[in-house]
Amino acid sequence: MSGFMILVLYLVAFFGSYLIASNLLRGLFESKGFNKLKTVTFGDESAVVANRLASVISVVTVFWLWVAFTNSTIPLPKMPGPYQGDVEFTYTLTLPDGTTDDATVAVRVYREDIQQTRDADGNPGRIPEAPEIDEGDGAALNDSLTVARYGFKVINVWQNDAVAKRDGSVVTHLNGRPVEPGDKITIPEGEIGLTDKGTPTFEPKTGFRMARLYLPAPEVVLERFFRLNEEGYQNFTLWEHTWISLQRVLLGFFFGALLGIPIGYAMGLTNWSRGWFDPIVEFMRPVPPLALIPLMIIWFGIGELSKVILLFLAALWIMIIAARAGVSGVAITKVHAAYSLGASKMQILWKVIIPNSLPEIFTGARVAMGVCWGTVVAAELVAAERGIGMMIMVASKFQLTDIIIVGIIVIGIIGFLIDMGIRRLEGWLVPWKGKV
Amino acid sequence: MSGLLINDISMRFDLPNGGHVQALKNVSLDIKSGELMSVLGPSGCGKTTLLNIVAGFLAPTEGEITLNGDRVVGPSPERGMVFQQGALFEWMSVRDNVSFGPDMKGMSRKESAANVDHLLEVVGLQDFKEKAVYELSGGMQQRVALARCLANEPDVILMDEPLGALDALTREKMQSLVLDLWKETGKTIILITHSVEEALLLGERLLVMAPRPGRVHKEYRLPFADLGVGNDLREVKKHPEYNSTREEILEMIWNMEEEIMGRAEENA
Ligand SMILES: Nc1ncnc2c1ncn2[C@@H]1O[C@H](COP(=O)(O)OP(=O)(O)OP(=O)(O)O)[C@@H](O)[C@H]1O
Ligand SMILES: [Mg+2]
Repeated sequence: MSGFMILVLYLVAFFGSYLIASNLLRGLFESKGFNKLKTVTFGDESAVVANRLASVISVVTVFWLWVAFTNSTIPLPKMPGPYQGDVEFTYTLTLPDGTTDDATVAVRVYREDIQQTRDADGNPGRIPEAPEIDEGDGAALNDSLTVARYGFKVINVWQNDAVAKRDGSVVTHLNGRPVEPGDKITIPEGEIGLTDKGTPTFEPKTGFRMARLYLPAPEVVLERFFRLNEEGYQNFTLWEHTWISLQRVLLGFFFGALLGIPIGYAMGLTNWSRGWFDPIVEFMRPVPPLALIPLMIIWFGIGELSKVILLFLAALWIMIIAARAGVSGVAITKVHAAYSLGASKMQILWKVIIPNSLPEIFTGARVAMGVCWGTVVAAELVAAERGIGMMIMVASKFQLTDIIIVGIIVIGIIGFLIDMGIRRLEGWLVPWKGKV
Repeated sequence: MSGLLINDISMRFDLPNGGHVQALKNVSLDIKSGELMSVLGPSGCGKTTLLNIVAGFLAPTEGEITLNGDRVVGPSPERGMVFQQGALFEWMSVRDNVSFGPDMKGMSRKESAANVDHLLEVVGLQDFKEKAVYELSGGMQQRVALARCLANEPDVILMDEPLGALDALTREKMQSLVLDLWKETGKTIILITHSVEEALLLGERLLVMAPRPGRVHKEYRLPFADLGVGNDLREVKKHPEYNSTREEILEMIWNMEEEIMGRAEENA
């Protein structure tokens, strides 16, 4: 239900903000420079420029949806929340002899995540006491209990009553309305009803916001982020987990490139090498690195060696193929020209083939780094002593959704930074890429 | 024995499907040192193949080539090559491209600097020394290619449609440049072109090749190249013989193309 509403709101935000912004901020929607003179823009991909206003609204929208559908304290418009506080309802007990008596049930609905909150002194919150009541008198006595938000309680109202259920006393009315087993009555605070066996139940209203277990509020995630950096989780801080994962990727990629690039060149330069490595490369290329994880664990355990070798293998085939493609991408006229200018084979390799293959190598490196980063997380999810994937995996066992979300965000940011770093390096080392 | 001797060469390409293409058949040419020869012919008549054999990139199936008495067995700096485009090294500056040949010989930058600077001046690129080649226009790039070839001081310069990718105006300027360089350096030049005008203007000798199999069809000795040195090429084009020869060659190639089309239709 909430998922459907999120989708609808997202679409409304997309079209709504477009309509509003395009009318209010005309200037921002006009194409600039040469594109302004184009009469054909729909279908001309080069005339399509990302509207930065849309990007900003898009990010804000996602953030707002996150706030709106969680029990966040951030003051933004939110969806109706779950009921929290005290609520009372009455039940009517009909005894075997036909006499009836009413009693009240007082329920205290408390935050489901109360134990994960901290007060000013850093002490965890505690589940509150049930409301204080006077039991009253008669056949049915008043009850008092607590229930967590999003929770559900089957209430044994007979526990303090004069005539037990098995002796034939039956709940026949709730809040004065006659009910049969299985019935439900909606009250402003939630739903009261009877089970199939006739025991009263209470389910506080959930609203449309998600419980912390499913989606913690942004500020909860942010706070967790800082706590992970200070206190850490599973003996290591967030930064240590991230760094160890990154280190595995860098090592694996380094060795993969160190071996893969020369093999790729050899495959592009000599028949024997091409024939020799072709079967292995063609066979290993379609094997997803994830499929190698179990074997790596059996062979090398769950420590560093196992991870680095896995990532080495993940990068190796990609770099071999990139280097081979780099060699085959050398225009034969360049090679001919170099020979005609008196270059030896070694000089051809160093002065022509290697520089000419750099763009392909960089493309390969970007792919390899992406694959390695994904693979290391997956490998750590399966088994590891530390690492960002391991942090997520352990957190999921304890249902610490906020840690999982922090982990995912960090993984995304690091992956993005890696890619950007390689692109920077590429722009610096291969300035001619795409210009010839 | 001075000069380039092409002695009865034939070239047959075996095709993967078992057939073969006779790209050249019994081609013989005697090119004196310092001659400028242009080569014309319909597409597919084996011009590039001939040049590649002279450059040493391909070995002919029959016959042999000698340069100053030495048999050609592979590429060598004494036979320089200028390609249509895309043969410059993008990862190097203009100057590094031009000094590539001397660098390969192990010459120090100090030794080669004077010559490189001189050549860049000759082709009018002294102000672009430090530029990357991909920042230059097509015409400028071809001038770099010329300078790079000359820096190696080859005996023979082979050009495969060197001006083919240029616009008409740039092309005219480059034609003058080629003529001037030819006179100044006295190099032997073989220049392939698709343009009859260019072949007339730049060819001291003009070779018309015919296809299937590729062979020499007719040869001309022309005065226009000498007339064009240091002069306005447009004036040369007003020469009465220029127009009549042009018409004759156009007619000749036109007929060859017709014949090829006809044969293609028969085969179809
Ligand atoms: N490597 C090769 N394998 C098979 N056939 C080839 C090969 N190279 C050239 N040919 C054939 O040889 C013939 C001559 O080709 P070539 O490239 O020398 O022609 P050309 O005169 O330079 O043509 P153009 O004017 O179009 O450049 C053509 O029919 C071509 O198909
Ligand atoms: Mg050709």
